[in-house]
Amino acid sequence: MLIRPRMNRLVLRTVLFALPKVMNLTASRAPAFAARLKQRDLVAWIGLQDGSIGRIVEIRGGRFRSHAGSPAEAEVAMSFKDAKTALKLLMPNRDQLEIIHAAKNFKVVTTGPDDLVVWFTQTLNMSETSGLSMGTPMPDGSLRYTTCTNGGPLFVYVKDGRILRVTPIEFDDSDPSTWVIEARGRKFSPPRRALVAPHALTMKSLVYSDKRILYPMKRVDFDPDGERNPQNRGISGYVRIDWDEALDIVAKEINRQKRVHGPGSITFPMSSHHQWGNVGYYLSSLTRFANLIGFTRVAANPDSWEGWYWGAMHHFGNSMRVGVPAGYGGVEDCLKEAEMIVFWSCDPESTNGAYAGFEGTTRRLWAKELGIEFVHIDPHCNPTAQLLGGRWFPVRPQTDAALAQAIMYVWVTEGLYDEEYVATRTTGFDEWKAYLLGETDGVPKTPEWQEAETGIPARDVRALARKWGGRKVYLAVGMTGTGFGGAGRGATGAQWARCMVMMMAMQGWGKPGINFGGLQIGVPHDLHFYFPGYADGGISGDLAWTGNAVNNYQRMPHILTMNPVKQMVPRQQLPDAIINGHATGYLWDGMAQEAQFAPFSYPMAGYSPIHMIYRYGGSSLSTVTRSGRWVDAYRHESVEFVVNQSIWMEGEAQFADIILPACTSLERWDIGEWANSGGYAHHGVNVVNHRVITLQHKCIEPLGESKSDYDIFTAILTRLGLGAVFTEGCSELDWVKRVFDSSDLPGEISWKKFCRKGYYVVPPEKPELRQPVDMRWFAEGRRKDLPEPAPMPSQYAEEFGMGLQTPSGKLEFVPEILKRNTADNPDRPPVNCYIPSWEGLSNTELKERYPLQMIATHSRYSFHTSMDGKNSAVNQVEDHRALVGGHRFWLLRLNPADAAARDIRQRDLVKIFNGRGAVICAADISPLVTPGVVKSYEASAEFQLVDVAGETVEVGGCLNILTPDRSQTRGTSSMAPNSCLVQIEKWRNAEAFKLDRAA
Amino acid sequence: MSKWNLIINVGRCENCHNCVIANRDEHVGNDFPGYAVPAAAVGDNPIRILRRTQGSAPMVETTYLPVMCNHCDDAPCIRRAGDAIRKRDDGIVIIDPVKSRGRKDIVRSCPYGAIVWNEEQQVPQTWFFDAHLLDQGWQQPRCQQVCPTNVFEAVKLDDAAMEKKAEKEGLKVLKPNLATKPRIWYRGLERWETCFIGGSVSAEFAGVVDCVQGAEVTLSWGSKRLARATTNNFGDFAFDGLRGDGSTYRVEVSHANGSVWRDCVLSESIYLGELRLARPGADARGGPDA
Repeated sequence: MLIRPRMNRLVLRTVLFALPKVMNLTASRAPAFAARLKQRDLVAWIGLQDGSIGRIVEIRGGRFRSHAGSPAEAEVAMSFKDAKTALKLLMPNRDQLEIIHAAKNFKVVTTGPDDLVVWFTQTLNMSETSGLSMGTPMPDGSLRYTTCTNGGPLFVYVKDGRILRVTPIEFDDSDPSTWVIEARGRKFSPPRRALVAPHALTMKSLVYSDKRILYPMKRVDFDPDGERNPQNRGISGYVRIDWDEALDIVAKEINRQKRVHGPGSITFPMSSHHQWGNVGYYLSSLTRFANLIGFTRVAANPDSWEGWYWGAMHHFGNSMRVGVPAGYGGVEDCLKEAEMIVFWSCDPESTNGAYAGFEGTTRRLWAKELGIEFVHIDPHCNPTAQLLGGRWFPVRPQTDAALAQAIMYVWVTEGLYDEEYVATRTTGFDEWKAYLLGETDGVPKTPEWQEAETGIPARDVRALARKWGGRKVYLAVGMTGTGFGGAGRGATGAQWARCMVMMMAMQGWGKPGINFGGLQIGVPHDLHFYFPGYADGGISGDLAWTGNAVNNYQRMPHILTMNPVKQMVPRQQLPDAIINGHATGYLWDGMAQEAQFAPFSYPMAGYSPIHMIYRYGGSSLSTVTRSGRWVDAYRHESVEFVVNQSIWMEGEAQFADIILPACTSLERWDIGEWANSGGYAHHGVNVVNHRVITLQHKCIEPLGESKSDYDIFTAILTRLGLGAVFTEGCSELDWVKRVFDSSDLPGEISWKKFCRKGYYVVPPEKPELRQPVDMRWFAEGRRKDLPEPAPMPSQYAEEFGMGLQTPSGKLEFVPEILKRNTADNPDRPPVNCYIPSWEGLSNTELKERYPLQMIATHSRYSFHTSMDGKNSAVNQVEDHRALVGGHRFWLLRLNPADAAARDIRQRDLVKIFNGRGAVICAADISPLVTPGVVKSYEASAEFQLVDVAGETVEVGGCLNILTPDRSQTRGTSSMAPNSCLVQIEKWRNAEAFKLDRAA
Repeated sequence: MSKWNLIINVGRCENCHNCVIANRDEHVGNDFPGYAVPAAAVGDNPIRILRRTQGSAPMVETTYLPVMCNHCDDAPCIRRAGDAIRKRDDGIVIIDPVKSRGRKDIVRSCPYGAIVWNEEQQVPQTWFFDAHLLDQGWQQPRCQQVCPTNVFEAVKLDDAAMEKKAEKEGLKVLKPNLATKPRIWYRGLERWETCFIGGSVSAEFAGVVDCVQGAEVTLSWGSKRLARATTNNFGDFAFDGLRGDGSTYRVEVSHANGSVWRDCVLSESIYLGELRLARPGADARGGPDA
């Protein structure tokens, strides 16, 4: 700022003169950069827009040189408004905000063919990263890199360009100390290593899977200029093509769609997850790419939050967390105070708090050592119940709300609830009490009443209610113990989640030892240390559909992108929208409790219906309900073009016209913090024992011709002239550095050291600064003291920081919001009365044909479809897929009584079917599943329809072809996969199948 | 001379399979000359986890038992294989990847079923304690490194010290009757080997059936009284550590509100279900278990 204009001009001339020399010096020191310069020759001009200063900078034969000249002589021209701007952008240690400011306001303009502009600017940036030394050399000659996965952070040992092994990160003496919790005279501290999930350890097997797609492919009977044969998608095979042909076809088709149909004809159905990392994540690169093209949004339903979003939220607010409690401080409070933990539809040993591996397991074993008692309410004596022990309540699926109401009935009639808390912190209790006692409907919700529904003896319910009522009990629900999934994903999901909140309201939620959680969340971290989560926007530039605006947009200046298409289609109804031409949905939006009530419709006036699908990966067939619809949708004549960008040949990839081979996260650069999802899971790191931020090294070169997603998007957009806008001149590693710079890391570890070591552990919070316990402030009638930016300032009932987000500011037994909005909707009554499932045992007509209830929860060994199938190491785990007749079958768990009645023996192949389809699984018979219930997992990566002896069955394990596509309740876009009646039988064609395989 | 032993904590295993997967990660695609040729990407696991479920709802106990090469001091495989298998000074048994080529017969020699056949390479293979890593200075095998619940505990002790430790801590080996002298020890193996008898006591009060807490329960075998227990909040009781040898046991429940008894033949663990108290004076309902 102090440099005078004339001085600036002099410095700029010097910089331009010196630039080639600096570049050549870099090339002489960094072989990677020298190789880059040899990729192509290029003539560029760098100077001022008025032409008063400028110089040709040329790359020829792998060397930089420069000479006087004009922009007209150059292929690429980079021109600055004035010398001051030029210096800000050309000098080392540039301020990213200045670069973005100059670009957004056209103070710097780069012109020329887009591919050359991208190559040139990425090359200039590469001069700063190419000399970095990456990874830690090991005694055996290997290099130890780091990465992060959906199941935890890993060391990746690489030798001779091949991955040797992956191991969980173990901390050393240079890492900060670990927190200690003192409880009941004992001190507890977790192990100094990452307790990763089984699927994390499969990474190497997935990189080298024989299902990898190693080159671009075109469906053999797809001719973009002639017959497209959509009816053969999923049937006909593929032919290898080169990248140029593939990219040309995709780019031409994008332009054709825009020209012929107009905005909205292209859709990018996004999955809920991706390989870990803030740059390559779907909410980052893919969102930026899609925004630059424009697309019909496939609006996701709150699949992990169903019952909480549509139900529980209205009793207590927390819309920012999609209706689940926060869990702050839960570990210490539970260990110090709680007498019992009730796990209700909660199996953290399988669901791992989503990304936390077994980090919570240690903490639960401490609870066991302390003598805290356990109760497990689940149709399945799940792995958590198996490990911890404690009383099992084998409740019939979807009847949980009846059980909960009967417990509350006992509390009311025997005075086992916190009357003072109810009187001062809640509203509507009298109306709820009247319902429980049967004063409003003539049916007292007694333990005897619930027995016929739930299958739980009335005496056991009374015993549980008495053991629980008036005591310090933690209620662990769903994946984090503070909500999510579980029983929330059935027709009665909202009823269950609502009951959970009401039970806590009766017991004094927030008082010492009385809270939500199962030691899965609420670790004493330093949560003030800022590092963005994957949902916080990444490089997307999207302010509307990511958490970008909260921190990332200011912290990592980058160019805004937005999708100009307003048309949306609900995710669960996408196939119907394509086949029937219309669909209606309701938004998943954490801004406010009211956001969910307004419907949106497809198609929307002014926009084109969908004619092109750009799909990343292939998980829909086994994660979306009644997924057989997807097959018909993909083959529908209105869908003119399907491109699938995928790492492996699996799931929907086989329905594409063009397949683009992506590489795994171990073959590209990224950066990410373990379990830090950000967005709706604010402070999601609260599930792991150490905050571990990893550089996700590019450990090996991409296999075959596969490329990183970012490079594929860049290549396509370059053909549309958008490459420079997309990349901002950056490679993935440059973006990684920008994320690093945006966080609180630079004050703690240098970029160079981070590149070598690969991870940073955030020191734990000082004991005196640990977060308060969730809801303690509320229980004690104080101002809110939690580190979360919610509710929004406008959403407090009376005074900022006082009370909950509800209209009354209190816990509402009969929510005012529902009274206002759903009083005329019999599916969503303000008084949470028990409504039996529409596909449960009360549905007598269906029950006669399909007498068994199927529940398919998150898989224990794979993470949704990732890490399953494709010759992942977990395929060889007999409790994941059983080898029968040379094929790895998905497992179906059933009770000995149900098996005996059907003459089914252990590991027999069974056909599981209803009116929606038939799937073949291998039987796993044990008393761990209650009679009348069959238990399996959703999210098989394999979708394999086969014809055996004239019968069409699915043998990959895609159980979601059997689940209903109906929303849980009218007026919501919610899924109910655990409301699924089926019949099973010993598969009569098993021998024919085995013979086929053997042949 | 200190030698390697592995202690396995039986009740701690939750079947996560991290050990199994880490072992695959270590060996699939990797050649460690002198130790092992690459494992097959598709094939049996040298580490396996066995499951045992006992009882019935709501009283079910599940136990997982990791099993692998026992590194026996008197190894039947060595007797069979000659110089294709060697015993190292540190106790580790290693199948020579070159000399054992084609020797499918070695697979059958192991009474523990711990040797897998690598069809691709035509060699028998085992979990060999990650000897190649220990030789590089690793302090523990990979199974221990990846286990979230500390099931595994590799210890290097001389044989006398290990014997002493085993005796003091109640460590046992699999199939001791074979006298193969395994170096894999199990802590809490009773949970795998013994049975329980459990039940839930209830009583009717004024037309309402409730669980009975604090009922006295005794277990006897013939005239011999074996154990006593008191029911918990749910009326539940369990006697564990019993041998499932087909003997007949008697369970007797007494409480101020009545009593009840059952006989049962024990070959696998039994949950007797609901035991309803009968009023004193009335005939206690009883009889053999179904």
